[in-house]
Amino acid sequence: MAGTSDLDVAYIARLARINLTDDEAKTFQKQLDAVLKYAEKIRQVDVTGIDASVHTPFNVFREDASRDWFTAEQALSNAPRQANGLFVVPKVVE
Amino acid sequence: MTPPTRNDLPALNVADLQSLLRRREISPGEVIRALRERIEAIDPNVGAYLSLDFDTAEREAEHSNVELPLGGIPIAIKDIINVNGQPCTCGSKILKGYHAPYDATAIQKLRAAGAVPFGKTNLDEFAMGSSTENSALKSTRNPWHLSRVPGGSSGGSAAAIAADEAFAALGSDTGGSIRQPAAFCGVVGIKPTYGRVSRFGLVAFASSLDQIGPVTKTVRDSALIMNAIAGHDPHDSTSLNEPVPDYVAGLEKDVRGLRLGLPKEYMIEGTDPQVRTAIDAAIKQLNSLGAEIVEVSLPTTEYAVAVYYIIATAEASANLARFDGVRYGHRAHNPKDVLDLYGRTREEGFGPEVKRRIILGTYVLSSGYYDAYYLRAQKVRELIRRDFAGVFEKVDALISPTSPITAFKVGERADPLQMYLADIFTIAANLAGICGISVPCGFAEVDGHRLPIGLQLLGKALDEARILQIAYAYEQSTNWHKARPPIR
Repeated sequence: MAGTSDLDVAYIARLARINLTDDEAKTFQKQLDAVLKYAEKIRQVDVTGIDASVHTPFNVFREDASRDWFTAEQALSNAPRQANGLFVVPKVVE
Repeated sequence: MTPPTRNDLPALNVADLQSLLRRREISPGEVIRALRERIEAIDPNVGAYLSLDFDTAEREAEHSNVELPLGGIPIAIKDIINVNGQPCTCGSKILKGYHAPYDATAIQKLRAAGAVPFGKTNLDEFAMGSSTENSALKSTRNPWHLSRVPGGSSGGSAAAIAADEAFAALGSDTGGSIRQPAAFCGVVGIKPTYGRVSRFGLVAFASSLDQIGPVTKTVRDSALIMNAIAGHDPHDSTSLNEPVPDYVAGLEKDVRGLRLGLPKEYMIEGTDPQVRTAIDAAIKQLNSLGAEIVEVSLPTTEYAVAVYYIIATAEASANLARFDGVRYGHRAHNPKDVLDLYGRTREEGFGPEVKRRIILGTYVLSSGYYDAYYLRAQKVRELIRRDFAGVFEKVDALISPTSPITAFKVGERADPLQMYLADIFTIAANLAGICGISVPCGFAEVDGHRLPIGLQLLGKALDEARILQIAYAYEQSTNWHKARPPIR
């Protein structure tokens, strides 16, 4: 679907694993074209030699040791489908 | 102070409620029961709450130790923060039926301080919005006029405080979601420095921008809540391991000699003239208290909204990938394969604003566009951070309106871009990782009724004590915080 930007909403929605109706795709295309047109203004900024790091990067380590955490039962407590202590999903291998 | 009747109790602030509890003039159980009556009477009109559990709260309240810093104080929680055993809908259909199996760190800390969570407040779905109209579950109204929005995304928390349906609340702020609804509802709200409050248990929207913070009736109450929730948490690797000052102890310091900066780029066209007038008066007031006012410049301001909507949506698209119908929440019926499961679960579960943002975020991260949008936005973000760092070498805090507008009518603003542009004064603080507060500073007269206006103070990273001190001095020299909405 062609809009005023390079964005193809229907294609990106597939990448994002969201089904859209044709009407939804059309509406979003128009709205997001406008947002992207506005976002063009960041191209005016000279970013030569600027690093893309805002928060000071630092590594955080912890001991590689076991600790109290969810039991399998707690972890499964919200599962829409479960069996034998596992999440159930549609078959993914042939 | 004469002991209040049960009807007057909900109007108290945390500090006053605390002294009554400690003098044993009321019990924590009575407080919960009075609050329940108030909510049952008023909330059908306001719609601040998504879920309430007074029975559990009353049991907990009866065991609370009122000598603790927040002993016996009920607290409302934005429904994007996990409270053990309670629903956490994020205002979305996709989390229907989910019950949190754990407490967020902020909740653990509140409980350790004696506070009692009792209800979850409405929000824009996954905190994406500025009016709470994007909630898939409920409409929340502004207690100052029920035809108007409470702001957002923490609109339920702000409306609950304004309508005396809570003594204090937690919100979350990714681009203004605590400060803007606080301004629209005439209450106080703080966005702490990035890393000051643990995000563990806050459902992630944009991980480099999100912060939990208090929404309260007074500045002192915000300081009390900050004392409880701030601090390092091993469960959040971005939380800062820095000492937490006593925010209450610093409130009464003199503001004489402090330098306050007015960013000239914040004097934008499109700011409501009544907002401008109120801010000008607030600046004069702070000046008369002895603060020096200086004009400063933040030249990257005009890029902040664009940078924000690239970075926040990119992070959201990754964070919201977890809602796939497998581990919790909604799942599409009878999927034919796993792609059908994902596609339909997310189609049915997410509302339009969330879908729009996931699509935009997926696009700016996609091959061929990453450098032009996401990477470039991160670089401009670094320039925004430097702008603030430079300005904070010259001034102690910055002053601006919290929002260029006052609460608008429900349904009045349908265009997403127009909605985004109104976040101009709050967004940069999240991008730069600094702290900010909104405090009531007057009213606009609109269609014969009064709508609150908020004054925003921004402070450098970890300078919450400073902005609280300035906000407190301002609040104590005015009467705005004493005004209550007409809803009774």
